Amino acid sequence: MKFSDEFETRFTMMARHYPTKRSVLVPALLYAQDEIGYLSDEVIQEIARRLELTELDVRNVISYYSMLTTKPRGKYNVQVCTNIACMLRGGEELFAHCRKKLGIGHKQTTQDGRFTLEEVECIGACSWAPAIQVNYDFHENLTVEKLDKVLDGYQK
Amino acid sequence: MASLVSHPDEVKVVSRRFGQGATNIDRYLELDGYKAVQKAFAMEPDAIINEVKNSGLRGRGGAGFSTGMKWSFVPKQSAKPKYVLCNGDESEPGTCKDRLIFEHDPHAVIEGVMIAALAVGSQTGYIYIRGEYRYLSIIMQKALADAYARGFLGKNIFGSGRDLDIYWHGGAGAYEVGEESALMESLEGKRGIPRIRPPFPAVVGLWGGPTVINNAETLASVPHIILGGAEWYAKVGTPKNGGTRLFCLSGNLEKPGVYELPMGYNLRKMIYEVGGGIPNGRELKAVVPGGSSTPVLLPEEIDISMDFDSVAKAGSMLGSGGVVVLDDTNCIVKFALRTMKFYRHESCGWCIPCREGTDWLEKTLTRFHAGGGLKKDIDNIQYLSENMLGRTFCPLGDAAAMPTIAFVKKFRKEFEDHLEGRPCPFERAGAVEQLPVLA
Amino acid sequence: MPDVTLTVDGKKLTAPAGTLLIEACKSAGIEIPSFCYYPNLSLQGACRMCLVKIEKMPKLQTACTTVVTEGMIVTSDNEEVRQARKSMVELLLGNHPLDCPVCDAGGECELQDMTFSYGAAESKYMEAKNHKDEQQWSPVVFFDRPRCILCYRCVRVCGEGMDVWALGVQNRGVSSIIAPNKEDHLECEECGMCIDICPVGALTSGAYRYKTRPWEMKHVGTICTHCGDGCKTTLGVRRSDSGMEIVRGDNRDKSGINNDFLCIKGRYAFDFAHHPDRLMQPLIRKNGKLTPANWEEAFELIGKRFAEIRDHDGMIGVVGSSRITNEEAYLLSKFARVVLKTNNVDHHRTADFPALAAALSGKPDSTATMREVYDAPAILLIGNNPTDQHPLLAWQIRNNVRLHRSRLYLINSQTIKLGRQAAGFTQIPAGTEGKVAAYLAGDDAAVEAIITEKNSRETWNALREKLRGEQKLVIIFGSEIRGNDVAVLVKFGSGVHGAKFVCLADYANSRGAADMGLYPDLLPGYHRVADTGKFHDEWTSIPATTGLTLPEMVDAAKASKLKALYVVGANPIGRLGLDPFLFSKTFVVVQEMFLTETAFMADVVLPAANAYEKSGTFTNTCGDLQILKKAGEVTGTKSDFEMIVRIADAMGFDVHKLVPFGAGERTDMGQSRGAQSGEADRHAVWLEARGLEPKMSPLEPTAILDEIQRLVPGYDFSRINLLAGNDQHTTLANSGPGAIQKPELIVPANDNLFSSGTLGRYSKALHSVMESRTQQTSEVAAD
Ligand SMILES: Cc1cc2nc3c(=O)[nH]c(=O)nc-3n(C[C@H](O)[C@H](O)[C@H](O)COP(=O)(O)O)c2cc1C
Ligand code: SF4
Ligand code: SF4
Ligand code: SF4
Ligand code: SF4
Ligand code: FES
Ligand code: FES
Repeated sequence: MKFSDEFETRFTMMARHYPTKRSVLVPALLYAQDEIGYLSDEVIQEIARRLELTELDVRNVISYYSMLTTKPRGKYNVQVCTNIACMLRGGEELFAHCRKKLGIGHKQTTQDGRFTLEEVECIGACSWAPAIQVNYDFHENLTVEKLDKVLDGYQK
Repeated sequence: MASLVSHPDEVKVVSRRFGQGATNIDRYLELDGYKAVQKAFAMEPDAIINEVKNSGLRGRGGAGFSTGMKWSFVPKQSAKPKYVLCNGDESEPGTCKDRLIFEHDPHAVIEGVMIAALAVGSQTGYIYIRGEYRYLSIIMQKALADAYARGFLGKNIFGSGRDLDIYWHGGAGAYEVGEESALMESLEGKRGIPRIRPPFPAVVGLWGGPTVINNAETLASVPHIILGGAEWYAKVGTPKNGGTRLFCLSGNLEKPGVYELPMGYNLRKMIYEVGGGIPNGRELKAVVPGGSSTPVLLPEEIDISMDFDSVAKAGSMLGSGGVVVLDDTNCIVKFALRTMKFYRHESCGWCIPCREGTDWLEKTLTRFHAGGGLKKDIDNIQYLSENMLGRTFCPLGDAAAMPTIAFVKKFRKEFEDHLEGRPCPFERAGAVEQLPVLA
Repeated sequence: MPDVTLTVDGKKLTAPAGTLLIEACKSAGIEIPSFCYYPNLSLQGACRMCLVKIEKMPKLQTACTTVVTEGMIVTSDNEEVRQARKSMVELLLGNHPLDCPVCDAGGECELQDMTFSYGAAESKYMEAKNHKDEQQWSPVVFFDRPRCILCYRCVRVCGEGMDVWALGVQNRGVSSIIAPNKEDHLECEECGMCIDICPVGALTSGAYRYKTRPWEMKHVGTICTHCGDGCKTTLGVRRSDSGMEIVRGDNRDKSGINNDFLCIKGRYAFDFAHHPDRLMQPLIRKNGKLTPANWEEAFELIGKRFAEIRDHDGMIGVVGSSRITNEEAYLLSKFARVVLKTNNVDHHRTADFPALAAALSGKPDSTATMREVYDAPAILLIGNNPTDQHPLLAWQIRNNVRLHRSRLYLINSQTIKLGRQAAGFTQIPAGTEGKVAAYLAGDDAAVEAIITEKNSRETWNALREKLRGEQKLVIIFGSEIRGNDVAVLVKFGSGVHGAKFVCLADYANSRGAADMGLYPDLLPGYHRVADTGKFHDEWTSIPATTGLTLPEMVDAAKASKLKALYVVGANPIGRLGLDPFLFSKTFVVVQEMFLTETAFMADVVLPAANAYEKSGTFTNTCGDLQILKKAGEVTGTKSDFEMIVRIADAMGFDVHKLVPFGAGERTDMGQSRGAQSGEADRHAVWLEARGLEPKMSPLEPTAILDEIQRLVPGYDFSRINLLAGNDQHTTLANSGPGAIQKPELIVPANDNLFSSGTLGRYSKALHSVMESRTQQTSEVAAD
């Protein structure tokens, strides 16, 4: 299992910030996932080894956090908020539109591996609702038309 | 990124540097940055705590506990290291204010943590930012690095002989982790399951050491209090509710946005003047005044002062400052269902009433909204929620139960309109057939 | 700690400060319902069943996490409290499958009980239940997820109690689920603690699943027959074609030295008793072939041949067992001396008890009980790997460290799992345990052999100083320390205030076999054969010269000098890898459950009952004496006790002189007769045939127990306590001077967690676990 130098630098630096080894676990998993695409068995083994945890322990933690996944995702994870503030301003319509346009449902991935669709809870964009996140990028004050443009932008 | 708004009634304290380029440390310094902490260096810890107490600052995370009081609970002597933990998990639906602070004024949060650390005698702070806020984590990491580079953090800060470290920490998607004890678990690399209290974090917190946990906005307010003085800050708000707060106006409003208003600002004015009123000529139907966990208010209940005590008196809570406005095209059953779906998804699952109750309620509401409701379901929804209330391991269970009880109580008629297979009277054209269940 | 006074339901109670409210209530007879609370495991506050009203608190509080405070006023049962509990049960039932009629836990399920108590039967729930299929996690552990109420007891007992940490919680909210450590299966110690502690039928046992309903079983409390620790176990038995079948083992009533602990062997490996290969008829070699025969024929033949050989001064050897009862071992020891007139008696030795007895001579109260291992403020463990070889001892040590902060000092040539509990772990070169003893006892020169890269002279010195400063140190040693080294270690212990010893032996009654004198040079109580005394007085004719050890008997057989060999519950040919033709000139009689390598070449094989099928007593490795009660039965078998007596009878010996029946204290040994199958009848028939009073039979071990209590030093325990099922400590300290034995006579059993000598060979449960292991490892090796 090999991570990028950037990951290693970050990991080494972060590990120094805590009195216990395992404290680095949650952010380290997210960075590892960003790099590998998902938390594969090898990633889990490697992280468990480094932090002197059991794989079970690491899996327990992974399964708790909704951003962490042990299954591969598409290149772009389209996360549509349908929570209350977004719902009031058309979040559900955006989600329905995505399903139709991408031809996939919640937590599914397009055949070409480009998009994964996910209905998510509030992402902290309520005052700019409705909003989505594609990977870590926010797109706010959306309409169906604007959404099309956003998604098209990721098609390239 | 998130766009800024403004209104003449705003009193800009925490948002003073928004849009001013203050992520740049030099710019921050120009705008009185790191002056408060230097002032605090010259003060006795107790004097800092008193100043914060007298300012009337109450926690902006939701519970509204006196910040100065919380700090005073930290034991002076401790065998274990003490910690300051900034809660930037911001996940309460309707809330998007900490995000602006991190985006525009990260050093204010750092400075707030520093002052808290001086006040309680801690040498280590953590700033926990939710995982979805990656771009804010990058901003924060840069701000911290800059502060270290200037010698504001690390060894012998400001040449004071004191050492102070502050680190960034990131989450990975979990609302419950915003709850203070679950937050500590998460930071320690575990599942976000809350801890048994007592002991409270101020006595036994991170890795067993005394820990002060405050919301990012709370901490970002502190430098302004130290610089401007408790008296000034207290006067901005109402008695017992000092200062300003960032209100996140959302939902069916002409001008949604995050506005900094004095504590005690009138809710009606907030909706109709600051938020520009209800668009498309529709009528106000309901307001959720403090994030999804707070009981809904009817149009006739909104002539209230937005401070912790007055909203509580009106039967709701000021909560996290998320004001969600519903116009009369919206279905309350659907709204209640979406709210419950959130809590079911976010319940940590530790305790029976919340784990099973949210699941049961979501299923019942789904069936109900789809037209399969029975009359006894309405009572049952209320019965279940009332039996969750006050009996869960942590307040998330209450947060799921309270709004539900209010929805049923205040909109019983609308629930009844869904009975007997009648289609939802509010279903919008082109709306979604059935809410998919989040796994 | 000072006491605190509080009021519960109007009753004034006092409890030590720091007591949990739920425990304070319990001790005052007020039962607070609970699912997640479990004594000695970490607190959860998760199930919310224990909510009570505490004055001045706005919300109901959990009694399981609340510590009593002075003046606290508590209401444990009012409308609000009852409603709260009722709603918790209702909520649980919402997703519960309610398949009680087919559930293993049906009838002893805590959820059923609560539902009954709080009347939550009315179903408010109309939604589809979350379903998931049952999973098999290991040969012995099954998981039925929908029945799980997430009390986390299993997770904690596995982690905190067993230090295995094989179970976790995954996902969150209503998707939360108990998960095994290897995604879809378990790799663990298979102790079944998780199953036993599960309040519902979510975790079930592969051995017991769907076999029977709890109320169809009869429950018999007895002692595990596998290792030397002596766990008390409650066996669930029910009638079967061939007698009484054991279907379950647990110790849920926490009545023994082991509290609720059992390892895999105690919990599942009783199944050897019903193995199809079990011998159920005597076998006599006719024309070179072992041929079924009847009992009378067999006893007659043995009696005749043994008497002939004895009367012609032919050499006879006797090999006893470490798995027969004290009464049987004593009887065998006596039988050899007074009936066969030989001292050629031995057994498979796994520890040097004679050496310890000798070293402790004149030091009363110097052996620690199994209970003391759980309470001692400090423990020194030299050698052995208790996790594998003494699972209960390991549990006691581990939980003593966890709950009482005992200091564990570990000295071992391997890194063993208990190292995780150790305050100090010192690794030594293999075979230098004796040097450690010498160094500790003050021989500074001995340090040279144990200095390693990691442990300098100074480290050793510091360790010795620390140990010398401890009080009530329990010194536990494995068979690595034997012979003179034992005395040296005792010398060190004498310098530590209140130190006590535990000598580790491998089989269920290894200690008993030693105490009862299955030695060629020692009578019961480590009394040397040459020294006259009570035994010579009572037994009258004891041969004066030391007899042959087992290897010497083998040599005698090689030289065609051994005319007869009487093997009671042992398999020397298999164990020592001997040539089976070695005994072709010897008349060999074997009492066994199975056709072992030794039985296979015998002239007569007598089908024997095992320890679950008879009454008597066992002495564990610590010296704790406990009572065995008859639980199972296989038709056609007899206890070793009965067989020895009948052979003596067949030899024309007056059995009154062997078993003092009809005299002394007469006590009913629980299940030895009575309701259990045909045994009582057999006694009656035998007695009637010989015109004896049917008051007490010579086939009943109680009479011998009277004699043991009277004659064997250290065995003057309270009979009434024993019969009540309590453990009684016997001590080596009052024993005779013993004798120094050849260290090489000690051969460790080398059993691990999943093996148990002959018994293990015939246990499907243990086999299936071992097979699943090898499969998994080979799978891993393949990729
Ligand atoms: C379910 C739940 C979620 C919470 N989420 C947050 C959050 O995202 N951010 C926050 O600051 N406080 C949150 N809180 C409140 C914290 O527990 C805690 O009270 C707060 O961080 C204290 O800071 P303050 O006193 O400055 O408000 C949450 C509480 C609960 C019960
Ligand atoms: S109320 Fe219970 S299940 Fe819900 S989040 Fe809190 S601890 Fe978890
Ligand atoms: S059988 Fe024992 S070791 Fe295995 S999971 Fe259950 S408690 Fe843990
Ligand atoms: S499996 Fe049994 S012991 Fe484990 S959490 Fe579920 S109900 Fe509790
Ligand atoms: S520890 Fe020993 S006595 Fe106890 S159950 Fe296991 S094998 Fe039997
Ligand atoms: S509700 Fe969608 S971002 Fe808050
Ligand atoms: S027993 Fe107290 S919460 Fe479970």
